[in-house]
Amino acid sequence: MTSSDNMPPAGSHYAGKYPAGRQAFPHRDLLGIGRLERHEILFLLDEAQQWVDLNRSSAKHSDALAGLTVINAFFENSTRTLLSFEIAGKRLGADVVNMHAATSSVKKGETLIDTAITLNAMRADAIVIRHGSSGAVDLIAQAVDCPVLNAGDGSHEHPTQALLDALALRHALRERGEPADDFTGLKVLICGDILHSRVARSNILCLTALGADVRLCAPPALMPDGVEAMGASVFHNFETALDGADVVMMLRLQTERMNGQFIPSPREYHYLFGLTKARLALAASDALIMHPGPMNRGVEIDSEVADLLDRSIITRQVEMGVALRMACLDVLTRKARGIEGWASQ
Amino acid sequence: MKQAAPLTITNAQLVTPNGIEYGAIRLAEGRIAALGAVSAAPGDHAHDARGKLVTPGLIDFGVFAIDKPALHFGGITRAALMPDQSPMLDLPSRVSYIAKSGKPDLWVHPLAAATRGLEGAELAEIGLMREAGARGIATGRRWIADSGIMLRLLRYAAMLDMVVVTHAEDGGLVGDAAATSGEMATRLGLPGAPAEAEALAVARDIALAEMSGARLHIRQVTTRAALDLVRAAKSRGAAVTAGVTPAHFMLSDLETQGFRTFMRLSPPLRSEDDRQAVREGIADGTIDLIASGHDPRGPEDKRLPFADAEPGMAGAETLLASTLSLVRDEVVDHARAIALLTSAPAALLGVEAGVLATGMEADVAIIDPDKPWIVDTDRMAASAGNTPFDGQPMQGRVTALFKGGVQVGD
Repeated sequence: MTSSDNMPPAGSHYAGKYPAGRQAFPHRDLLGIGRLERHEILFLLDEAQQWVDLNRSSAKHSDALAGLTVINAFFENSTRTLLSFEIAGKRLGADVVNMHAATSSVKKGETLIDTAITLNAMRADAIVIRHGSSGAVDLIAQAVDCPVLNAGDGSHEHPTQALLDALALRHALRERGEPADDFTGLKVLICGDILHSRVARSNILCLTALGADVRLCAPPALMPDGVEAMGASVFHNFETALDGADVVMMLRLQTERMNGQFIPSPREYHYLFGLTKARLALAASDALIMHPGPMNRGVEIDSEVADLLDRSIITRQVEMGVALRMACLDVLTRKARGIEGWASQ
Repeated sequence: MKQAAPLTITNAQLVTPNGIEYGAIRLAEGRIAALGAVSAAPGDHAHDARGKLVTPGLIDFGVFAIDKPALHFGGITRAALMPDQSPMLDLPSRVSYIAKSGKPDLWVHPLAAATRGLEGAELAEIGLMREAGARGIATGRRWIADSGIMLRLLRYAAMLDMVVVTHAEDGGLVGDAAATSGEMATRLGLPGAPAEAEALAVARDIALAEMSGARLHIRQVTTRAALDLVRAAKSRGAAVTAGVTPAHFMLSDLETQGFRTFMRLSPPLRSEDDRQAVREGIADGTIDLIASGHDPRGPEDKRLPFADAEPGMAGAETLLASTLSLVRDEVVDHARAIALLTSAPAALLGVEAGVLATGMEADVAIIDPDKPWIVDTDRMAASAGNTPFDGQPMQGRVTALFKGGVQVGD
């Protein structure tokens, strides 16, 4: 963990000013937001800005990771996260290899550890893992020698999603002229299947670390016990939770993780917890709408809300995802690349 | 293997039902011949206990594997074997085979499967298994969900005067949970079940046991709410006993941080308040015995994501030292600590052991209660080192062990 002695002054822009070297980002892996200090989160967000600019230019390419091999090992189906990591790696000039569980030896009974050892033997320079079990990415990280990035493990964490959400939020707020170095005092409501959501967990940790007032809303069966201890407040009435919210982040019902009945029906869920235009009016007048995708239109969110041009930043989240993942790959491979100030870690 | 010559263990602190007595103990023809102010007769072998504790051999109530090196390391001379074996102990022939399997230096007391295949649907041939050597009936790692079957089982067990050993967790609430619901499970994103799943099961099983007049032993009681139910049942005279394994009085769910699968147990680790409640339950007698729940698991079962790993711990080697920690913490005294590991399980199994008294089987352990050691998974005697206490300093070790008057490992 980083000592607070080397923290830059509060409110500063971190990229460029943050001291490189051992204290800058002392983690080999990115396994969860829960292991990051506040200033480390801000550092990654600032680092991502250069890649936002690059991605918006016509060149869209850097040789920062040229000659490095990044393996995206996805043991659980994903389209957007895999694509986002793949584009991120390729835009940094890395050789990117995707491994899908459906075609891997895991289906033949190979253990996760064996798979990790195999990937390690192939001398990857970074491994991105998505897995259906909480903690699986930790397990792999213990068995390999290179940086491991968690692209979602069970219901545990999805750190790059939370970071890209923060980046998208920061961009949207800055466009409005708000400084948004952090989110002090911002009221963020996360509504949906909190119980099964790694996005929710990472976002609770990330947003509270950045000073936001985080509210959670879900039916009781989809709200995990003890979540208040993570610093969020809990609601079961959507209208009450929406009152004055600056940001409304909707989550998908993860029916694939539900073993048994958690809600009576999607229709009833929409009746009680769907984000409609009428409900949105209860939030702050300029409240931003977020969703990590994929969306179930007509279940947790109405199309007319999801597509509100001036309020919805859902596509911006996707855009920021690439930049943020480029930043993570860049930062975590700096030591291996021998970059001055990082190689001595 | 019979005792060739009488053995007198001298210079001992004898842990007896009446407390600690200084003196010697004479073992002859596999039985305790005399103890107290006795001296070695001509021709006796002699063993100097050097002032250490001399106790009955430990009786481990409810192991999942006959792991002799680990059991002997832990001072265990008898073990009740859970029916969750491969094949299951749900036929008399299997029970009979298992009952002879550890002899002569370890006696195994099989617990018969309550239902065929431990499926919870059809009663197994319990009477025939008793004839074959079963010392009790167990539901295994699972709870019998059907209350009708549970009641019929208890009535049948009462007729046969056999204790029914249950795993008390409401299966409907537990589902595929790998942790106790609460902050830690939520932070880790682990499927959790409320701690109340235990109290619900305990309440039902006690009610049915009282209806049927059966002897009920709840193998692990790990929550405050369930302990209160057991305490109340005992106070009204119900034939209910309760056990626990050291993990639940030594560790809380905080230990699951980092997804350490050696902490994946069934029932899962509980809150700190429940851990304290277990210690209170041991102190006031609500908990009758401490067992290891010895369940060695290889890396193929443990080197997995937490929720996918098999629950269970290799506990035989740390059973004694963990229990002796309760003495240092002034939860119990030495005599009671040893009783939790010896006379209480012996009474439940109905075996003539577990007490230092004339005529009892000569199963004896010499214990240095202060001997320090560090648990190391890589250097354990157990067939697999899945201990949640890895790296933890312990105090208390068996320095010599005798089964039927014969030194084990000699």
